[in-house]
Amino acid sequence: MVTFESLNFSPAIPEIFLAVMGMILLIFGVFRGDKGFRLVCWFTVFSFALAAVLLLHLADISSLAFGGMFVTESFAVVMKVIVLTGASIAVLMSMQYAQREKIARFEYPVLMLFSTLGMMLMLSANDLMALYLAIELQSLPLYVLAALNRDNLKSSEAGVKYFTLGALSSGLLLYGCSMVYGFSGTTNFNDIAIALSAMETPSAGLVTGLVFILAGLAFKVSAVPFHMWTPDVYEGAPSSVTAFFAMVPKVAAMGLLVRVTMGAFGGIAEQWQQVLWLMAAASALLGAFAALRQTNIKRLMAYSSIGHMGYALIGLTAASIDGVRGLMLYMTIYMFMSAGVFAVILLMVRKGQQVEEIDDLAGLAKYNPVMAVCLAVLLFSMAGIPPLAGFFGKLFVFQAAISGGFYWLAIIGVLSSVVAAYYYLRIIRIMYFDTAENELDRVEDTPSLFMMRGTAFLAVIFALIIWPLFHVLHEAVERLLAI
Amino acid sequence: MVEALIFYMFAFVLIASAVMVVVSRNPVHSVLFLVMAFFNTAGLFVLLGAEFIAMMLVIVYVGAVAVLFLFVVMMLEIGKVSMKEGMVTYLPVGLFVGLVLLAELVFVYLGWEMAEGAADRRLFPTPDASEVANTHALGQIIYTHNVYLFQISGLILLVAMIGAIVLSLRTRPGVRKQDIADQLDRRREDAVELHKVESGAGIK
Repeated sequence: MVTFESLNFSPAIPEIFLAVMGMILLIFGVFRGDKGFRLVCWFTVFSFALAAVLLLHLADISSLAFGGMFVTESFAVVMKVIVLTGASIAVLMSMQYAQREKIARFEYPVLMLFSTLGMMLMLSANDLMALYLAIELQSLPLYVLAALNRDNLKSSEAGVKYFTLGALSSGLLLYGCSMVYGFSGTTNFNDIAIALSAMETPSAGLVTGLVFILAGLAFKVSAVPFHMWTPDVYEGAPSSVTAFFAMVPKVAAMGLLVRVTMGAFGGIAEQWQQVLWLMAAASALLGAFAALRQTNIKRLMAYSSIGHMGYALIGLTAASIDGVRGLMLYMTIYMFMSAGVFAVILLMVRKGQQVEEIDDLAGLAKYNPVMAVCLAVLLFSMAGIPPLAGFFGKLFVFQAAISGGFYWLAIIGVLSSVVAAYYYLRIIRIMYFDTAENELDRVEDTPSLFMMRGTAFLAVIFALIIWPLFHVLHEAVERLLAI
Repeated sequence: MVEALIFYMFAFVLIASAVMVVVSRNPVHSVLFLVMAFFNTAGLFVLLGAEFIAMMLVIVYVGAVAVLFLFVVMMLEIGKVSMKEGMVTYLPVGLFVGLVLLAELVFVYLGWEMAEGAADRRLFPTPDASEVANTHALGQIIYTHNVYLFQISGLILLVAMIGAIVLSLRTRPGVRKQDIADQLDRRREDAVELHKVESGAGIK
């Protein structure tokens, strides 16, 4: 008999806190109106910080809550702290942009907060039902945010497109869940793993269900062949929202993917490894080749993010401690590098108008050397040039693939990252060797400027701080896989 | 025997009206067929002994959602022809994809295998009706056992509400709204002027 007391709320205190803060901020915003935008933004960041503090207090506890639907252990805590950091950066960077673009409505940070809450629940999901609802809570605010600039045709299109394809992916996911439930008679991840271990060869129905679930999750990380929405949504959504899309939800979705594959379906790794192999290779290749011809920097970043998801999935395909650790490191680095590049995109203003063509950066090095250097460092890092941060991300992922015996995958990864380096270098060439026809304005957007410089600095000194981070991630993964 | 007959009646009408929802030319008819489909689903639930869900289906879907649909369809004034555009071009592709999926599902079904003890592990077996009433059991599942899912669903609905308001609410200038406080605040002196008008001179 389940009673209310036996549900054990305490592991979910950070999430409960965040949900309550969201509602308080909503009420506050309704009373203050859109004048309170900046204040609500600051309070949102403050709540993220407090939630992170609460999380770290729970870091050593590994426990189940709500009848096994919610799990928290150091893996969840580490991933949640990364997500909260990314979300805070995204909110801070949005503040001035939203006011410039006249989308500074108080619901903006509140929606980001609820989306972040959904991501935290995703990272703690230990049940197919909890997984589905957490994904919906995470995505629904994103659809709204994409369409936030509602007088802009492209923004509305982005919202509708994202919503429709998101609904499709939810359908696939649910269908897969129903099959897995039909096979195992339970939706709990631990029980699914137990049911699997009793089988010698996995049944066709179960594998079909697993493939559907993977397809649904691949939508969320925009892995090929479920990437179609990414370029249009990235281009159409307001840039600050795109920054949020690029940075945070993918980290959460990857974390969830790790939990589903390594946790619930760890027993039939060879089944999902094939699927992930294909997705990883296709994403890396498509990300590299499709980006070559882009002229819009947001579209370029969309393809670049597809490619990066491919590299991260290479780590997961290895299905080992090294691989998962490599994936976590990759996602962390990717998040910070995207934050930096998007900070620059938010700062691309000419005569008071946001611009987003790559050619608008021409000659940047001549009149704004600091911005040019920062962007160059970030792009070199994304291209994976040592000793910058991105290099380490790729290094550990490829290393895991090789030690797992996935030589071809590693080769495809390396080759496509060489192709990808071309378009990163092209931007740098345009900044340094082309002449400026019209200069960009100097925008006094302190948070974005700070993020641009901070992430570039991080990319440079990353080699010095990698070992402590590596240690934390390693421990988290070890504990995840030990359970 | 009678039960089977009733089941087939409900099932047949349900599928027939579901097909009509899709193919009917007039969107209003589509919605009405949808209502019919809901009623028949409710009948199936009653046959299963889930009278509470049957009741909710009628109250929520028929009573609220379908009526709302009807409003939307009538307000949007969707043309009868425009809905069918592209039907001819997309139908073969759609049918093909549907058939492939169906074939795959048949294969999956033929090779279906359950994990050991899966049937016993079903999360919430139907309780004995003499001990716990149907609605009571559902309440326990939803509000105690699955309180976590219930709360997340609540948050999702909250977000949906915020989203709908953010995307559609516009504060237009120059709209005259009734403000009771303003109306009560008005004094006779603010509104009424008395003039002594001399005959033939008029008011300046």
